[in-house]
Amino acid sequence: MFQLRTQQMKAFFKQWQLQSMVIPGIVWMLIFCYLPMFWLIIAFMDYSIAKPMLESPFVGLKHFQDFVTDDRFWRSIRNTLGMSSIKLVLGFPIPIIFALLLNEIRSLRFKRTVQTISYLPHFIAWTIFGGIALNWLGEGGVVNQLMMALGVQDREILFNSDPKYFWWITFFTDTLKETGWSAIIYIAAISGIDPGLYEAAELDGAGRWQRMWHITVQSIRPTIAILFILAVSGILGSNFEQIFMLKNNMNMKMAESLDLYIYNMGLVSGRHSFSTAVLFARSIVALGLLFIANHTSKKLTGDSIY
Amino acid sequence: MGRRSTLKRIGVFEVCNTLLMLAVCFLTLYPMWFVLINSLNAPEQAMLGTVNWFPKQLSLDSYSVVFNDKTMMNGFVVTILRTVIGSAAHVLFTAIVAYGMSKTTLIGRKLYMKIALVTMLFSGGLIPTFILMTKLGLYDNFWVFVIPGMYSFFNMVIFMSFFRTIPDSLEESAKVDGASDYGVLFRIVLPNSMAVIATITLFSAVYHWNDYYQGVIYIRSQEILPLQTILYKIIAENSMSFMQQQAMAQFGARLPGNSIKFASMMVATLPILLFYPFIQRYLVKGVMIGAIKG
Repeated sequence: MFQLRTQQMKAFFKQWQLQSMVIPGIVWMLIFCYLPMFWLIIAFMDYSIAKPMLESPFVGLKHFQDFVTDDRFWRSIRNTLGMSSIKLVLGFPIPIIFALLLNEIRSLRFKRTVQTISYLPHFIAWTIFGGIALNWLGEGGVVNQLMMALGVQDREILFNSDPKYFWWITFFTDTLKETGWSAIIYIAAISGIDPGLYEAAELDGAGRWQRMWHITVQSIRPTIAILFILAVSGILGSNFEQIFMLKNNMNMKMAESLDLYIYNMGLVSGRHSFSTAVLFARSIVALGLLFIANHTSKKLTGDSIY
Repeated sequence: MGRRSTLKRIGVFEVCNTLLMLAVCFLTLYPMWFVLINSLNAPEQAMLGTVNWFPKQLSLDSYSVVFNDKTMMNGFVVTILRTVIGSAAHVLFTAIVAYGMSKTTLIGRKLYMKIALVTMLFSGGLIPTFILMTKLGLYDNFWVFVIPGMYSFFNMVIFMSFFRTIPDSLEESAKVDGASDYGVLFRIVLPNSMAVIATITLFSAVYHWNDYYQGVIYIRSQEILPLQTILYKIIAENSMSFMQQQAMAQFGARLPGNSIKFASMMVATLPILLFYPFIQRYLVKGVMIGAIKG
């Protein structure tokens, strides 16, 4: 036994070069990934940043009780679920439809050009994209002019100051920014389909829509299933960079998502333990959601991520 | 007869579909065009914010305000520094770890992999991370942009699988010639991995260029605020005072905030827009690798 150990030690030191490549990475992970996980225990303490952690008193589930009785917490849950549901129900099919329609374009050059242009906004920062949105939605902005020209509204609406538009603003800006980029993965899946399938279907007299549905959509179903599982399990998350850019004091009622609530409580109000408790509860629910979504998908379609 | 009707149907579909795709292109490009023309527009025109196609009256006044603004230019330098140092550190560190991990002879490899995998499932989240950064002295410190972003599991897996495709014979012959593991990595493996290095560098660079949120959370000192964070403050928090004062001094009251905003936005996006046609192939390639791995 002892001999085996020394042998292993010898072998270990013999490959010190390889080890010296990997170990800094492991140390980095221990510091930047594992230490924050360890710090999650302040959710059960009354932690103050000025003192060492272990000197803070344990308070059990006090912070958990506090946030479940906080109306603002439930409001942030409602906002998160509202925005995520719109994104999931209306937004999820959009890149798929875009990929399907783009696939029907015959000219290869036009197809490539459209695709290249379509994912440009993904690389534009949210500060810029959000800045354009705020300008367009404001007084005298493009949206107001367009709506009035079309006769949809007869006077200006300050869209971003009225909370009731906020969820839709996040949906539309996100769709404009990310549709092309999200479609890439479907386009890749479509390009992998055996062309023989289409020829066979054409001989059998299948029309364009039938081929699109029975061959294209069926062939990329596993990709759709995986992305759907991920989308469902991410339902408690939100696009923080987007919301942080578009929120203001007037629309906060509908804009404060769970992420933003955690930020506001933790970093603006300085209630570190309290917001860590919210974080803690959220990650447990998110893991559960991932499990449920995966299980359901496996049952219904046979496709899953693990 | 049947054949002719199919032809006709295809024709209508094709036309509609092409028009739809053109509409997608328009919706994608017009916002950036809008920023460009309004930044070049004479200030009085930009203030109106009307829908237009070309600048009505060309003027570079707004740009001269932006380029003469010390805060903005300082932010520009900070962003360039964090983009260069941040992406270089990320690629180098991740690639070195990945090379070690790609060797099946590595003792403890299974344990290392488990340690890495857990980080994909669980994370501390915003508040614990913030406290840690404060304790590590990274709060209000330029290195907060570099060190916490040095490594990513996802990119390590991409590097690792790419390194495995490099023929063993190449590495072996270098070893026979007396090269160390580091020698093999830097002289044989990395020069043969330029495609994947380019892709990951670009992703990292775009992230560093566009990120404003790290700056909002961790940075208080003006001197190390990145450009995008300054832009966030100008646009979302409307804190234009410093620039407006300058503009007022220079142009009187006739230069309103809007055209300065547009010019700042243009300055902050121009590098991305200029490089985009050249780099987009690599970026798409990156997604493909990621998609196959995922």
